Amino acid sequence: MLRYITRRLLILIPTLAAISVVTFIVIQLPPGDYLTTRIAQLSAQGDGSLSAQELERLTQRYGLDQPVYVQYWTWISNILFHGDFGDSFVYGRPVGALLAERLPLTILLSVLTLLFIWAVSFPIGVYSAMRQYSVGDYTFTFFGYLGLAVPNFLIALVLMWVSLQYFGTSVGGLFSPEYRDAPWSMPKFGDLLAHLWIPVVIWGTAGTAANIRVLRANLLDELRKPYVTAARARGMKRGLLTIKYPVRVAMNPFFSTIGWILPGLIAADAITSQVLNLNTTGPLLLDALLAQDMYLAGSVLLISALLVVIGTLISDLALAWLDPRVRLRY
Amino acid sequence: MQHPLTATDERTAEPPAAAAPLLEIDSLHTRFDTADGEVRAVDGVSLTVRAGRTLCVVGESGCGKSIMARSVLQLVEPPGKIVSGSIRWNHGESGPVDTTALEPDGEQIRRIRGNEIGMVFQEPMASLSPMYTIGAQLTEAILLHRDVTPDEARQIGIDLLTQVGIPQPEGRFDAYPFQLSGGMCQRVMIAIALSCDPALLIADEPTTALDVTTQARILDLLKDLQRHNGMAMMFITHDLGVVAEIADDVTVMYLGQAVEHGTVEQIFTTPKHPYTQALLGSLPTLEDTTHRRPLTAIRGMVPHPQNRPTGCPFWTRCDAAIGGVCDVEEPPESPFDNGHRAACHRYSHPDGGGSVPLPAPAVRGHATDRSGRGQAEGAPVLEVRNLTKQYTVSGGMFRRNKGTVHAVSDVSLTIRPGETLGLVGESGCGKTTLGRSIARLVDASSGEVLFRDRDGTQVDLAALRGAALRRYRTRVRVIFQDPFSSLNPRMTVEQIVGEPLRANGMARGSTLTDQVAEMLRKVGIQPEYMSRYPHAFSGGQRQRLNIARALITEPELVIADEPVSALDVSVRAQILNLLSDLQDELGLTYLFISHDLSVVEHVSDRVAVMYMGRIIEEGPADALFGAPQHPYTQALLDAVPIPDPFARPERSSTVPDELPDPMNPPAGCSFHTRCTFADSDHGCSTTLPALTRVDEDHDAACHRSSDLTLQGITRTREIPEAS
Ligand SMILES: Nc1ncnc2c1ncn2[C@@H]1O[C@H](COP(=O)(O)OP(=O)(O)O)[C@@H](O)[C@H]1O
Ligand code: SF4
Ligand code: SF4
Ligand SMILES: [Mg+2]
Repeated sequence: MLRYITRRLLILIPTLAAISVVTFIVIQLPPGDYLTTRIAQLSAQGDGSLSAQELERLTQRYGLDQPVYVQYWTWISNILFHGDFGDSFVYGRPVGALLAERLPLTILLSVLTLLFIWAVSFPIGVYSAMRQYSVGDYTFTFFGYLGLAVPNFLIALVLMWVSLQYFGTSVGGLFSPEYRDAPWSMPKFGDLLAHLWIPVVIWGTAGTAANIRVLRANLLDELRKPYVTAARARGMKRGLLTIKYPVRVAMNPFFSTIGWILPGLIAADAITSQVLNLNTTGPLLLDALLAQDMYLAGSVLLISALLVVIGTLISDLALAWLDPRVRLRY
Repeated sequence: MQHPLTATDERTAEPPAAAAPLLEIDSLHTRFDTADGEVRAVDGVSLTVRAGRTLCVVGESGCGKSIMARSVLQLVEPPGKIVSGSIRWNHGESGPVDTTALEPDGEQIRRIRGNEIGMVFQEPMASLSPMYTIGAQLTEAILLHRDVTPDEARQIGIDLLTQVGIPQPEGRFDAYPFQLSGGMCQRVMIAIALSCDPALLIADEPTTALDVTTQARILDLLKDLQRHNGMAMMFITHDLGVVAEIADDVTVMYLGQAVEHGTVEQIFTTPKHPYTQALLGSLPTLEDTTHRRPLTAIRGMVPHPQNRPTGCPFWTRCDAAIGGVCDVEEPPESPFDNGHRAACHRYSHPDGGGSVPLPAPAVRGHATDRSGRGQAEGAPVLEVRNLTKQYTVSGGMFRRNKGTVHAVSDVSLTIRPGETLGLVGESGCGKTTLGRSIARLVDASSGEVLFRDRDGTQVDLAALRGAALRRYRTRVRVIFQDPFSSLNPRMTVEQIVGEPLRANGMARGSTLTDQVAEMLRKVGIQPEYMSRYPHAFSGGQRQRLNIARALITEPELVIADEPVSALDVSVRAQILNLLSDLQDELGLTYLFISHDLSVVEHVSDRVAVMYMGRIIEEGPADALFGAPQHPYTQALLDAVPIPDPFARPERSSTVPDELPDPMNPPAGCSFHTRCTFADSDHGCSTTLPALTRVDEDHDAACHRSSDLTLQGITRTREIPEAS
């Protein structure tokens, strides 16, 4: 077990190195370099007075007069050894500071979304399989397709309207105005929760619907396996039996959701964040890409890739822990 | 436990009525409401299991045996439903109950399940959940019905594992099902079924998925356990050899109905129903080795219950059918001596004549004299020299222990033109790998496969590449085991059968169509079906298509890998007859691979026996079966159930059913871990015995073959005094 984890962690190193190279190539793709972009931008704003000193400083910092591989090394070693992701020229601030503001919220939302997906899809999936073709099964199937088909920002708008109309809370952002700058307290926490559920529901809907389909299909397969009949033939109760045997096997896909939910929100769905006025990394990435703010875009991509790799590792370990066949046979 | 039954042991001298009825099924109807209409899977079965006796229920697949058995415990899944009839269970504190009247999955039926009636299924591995250890599943069953602590349950569980013959039960207790062999899993299932000392054990084809040797051990185990605790058994099988070996009473089922009841002696000596007679006639037997008798196959196949014929369900396939009667009225049951009963108009209708006319003698030609064919003349078509194939395998996810498996080690063989070489051995011994290496479907690690060209020169197929190899692919062809997965469902019959011709540029256009039509006619499929897709064909017909596809390139050598193992007895007989007809007609040479010795014996001129990748004996079929020279061959022969209830085997030398770990083969003779004759004075555990000549054309690899006399298939047949 330990050996396996060590091996997987060791494989992480070359994987991440490869990802960083790809990311760097993305950063370098636009013609010109950071400086020409910056100068072009500044002169477009009518401010042509970028000092030679400033130019010199930036050239030094990013090694822009050096060959590409040296630039890569400068970039990655700054990240690795100094935690310095470079500057964003759209925001005019260090990328690291921008990320520090937004990453925790994004990760919190991702984790909550994951928990939401599990909590909702598990009982519904089991119910739908056990009562295949019942009214309940059809109803859930209908809402599932709806959830998959309707774009997230539309759900966001509807939920905002519902929330304003019936609960009287304006749900933009994370806090109501009165708490925004207040110190942490129970009411502030409550206010946070009142705002958080909406993005969680929005981002969780599609995943929940997909998970229900997978769980239902898997469980239907499992319920027909001979070991279910065999367990009934030895006198087990139906409900207990179902949870203990087939459901446990059918659960496997749950763990693969970790692999894609965690990183998914980092880079995706800027529109919903925009609509809900949430400071996640999604809008950040969108802005960065539009403005060719390449150090910012590259950093977000890099972190998102890192999370994909970590998420996959966690889901593989969870699978091995849950399923002896994975653990002992393959 | 350790002393298997002997042939004469407490045979059923008493008439069946002497024992009290334990389970009485009365005109049971179980149906499925499907989208295509109602499927009457069980259509009025009545039968009785008596206390302490074994009832075998026999019939081809699709006759409703499993659904009937599941109905007893209300285990039929929706849309299946018991619609009428009763199942009286005369046991337990509550007195007789009708299990069909109990609430499904209610407390009462659950108390019977596993507690009063145990059940064992066909697929042992799939019947255990892969997520829990076998110990967990065993103790679960114990704790459900017995008032014991978990620690006590564990102890009881280990005792049970010992009782069903699992070595190192403490260690195996914490193993997962996929870490055990099929035979071991079936023992675990039996332990679970027996954990609460049931009065009845229902076993639904418990040995069908297992090797002959394992089957023999499981049958011995069941017989022993039964003698030990006096339980009754309902044993479902399609194998009449198994019936002969363990049944006291027999019920024959056809298309959801019981067509004949009797004791095992009555069924085998005086079968009354034409279906029973036909089943018995379609069996290849391990007798009569000098003459090859064509098997009397039953026409056609079991119709799907939705196409149930009116009148007698069997009339569409019955040679004795009375026109205007059998296809109109359902036959009533007629009684014979001592409780023997059969439902056939031949005995009840005024026009029936009171007996079934014997089938026209030898419908399909006469018995071929084999003694002439055995010595096939001419230079060998194929010579395999020192063929070896090894695989590298890795361990589990957290382990990295790699190992090498010698699937085939140093095998040499010759096959002469026009003969059939049978290749037998337990599953996993390397038969398929050898066949595939010869056909170059896998590349051998070393060795030569010398194929004799038409001009007499030998070509080493193992060394050929590219176009040169492709040329020989049309001349050495393979027939695969599974008729269901080996045909591409998206291709028509014409495309499937014609594909080898097209791929090799041998024909195209209308020539190709003509050749396909001709080939289909040869394998007994109407050429009009050429544009159909494989799903429209039954298992037997698909195997015919497989054969057509293999033979269309006019090959010289055909490797048939378990071509009939997935088929029912009657269909099996049809396919075996077809293969031997085609051999005569087209002058084919066969390498016939099978784990079923009676089939191999039926088709082969010479036989090679494989064990752990090596040929351990090879010789003419009659010599090898009549006077084997290797203890492993004898063990295989001992394990074959003989369809003769008077020749129950005396298995004194049962072989343990576990094959050694192929990654660590035993030193010396690889069979010494299971051999009853192993002896260190002869070097069994230290020196590898070479394949040496023991008789004319007969080789064996055993240090002791010269001082052992093995008895072969002759078994003592004891016919009791007429009662
Ligand atoms: N779930 C099901 N739905 C519809 N038909 C079924 C189902 N299960 C079994 N049957 C039908 O019932 C018949 C009897 O099946 P079975 O009892 O399995 O036969 P046997 O055990 O004798 O091979 C078959 O024709 C099969 O097609
Ligand atoms: S009733 Fe007629 S068709 Fe049926 S088995 Fe008897 S003779 Fe054959
Ligand atoms: S060599 Fe020894 S162990 Fe091997 S089969 Fe012969 S007697 Fe048995
Ligand atoms: Mg069956």
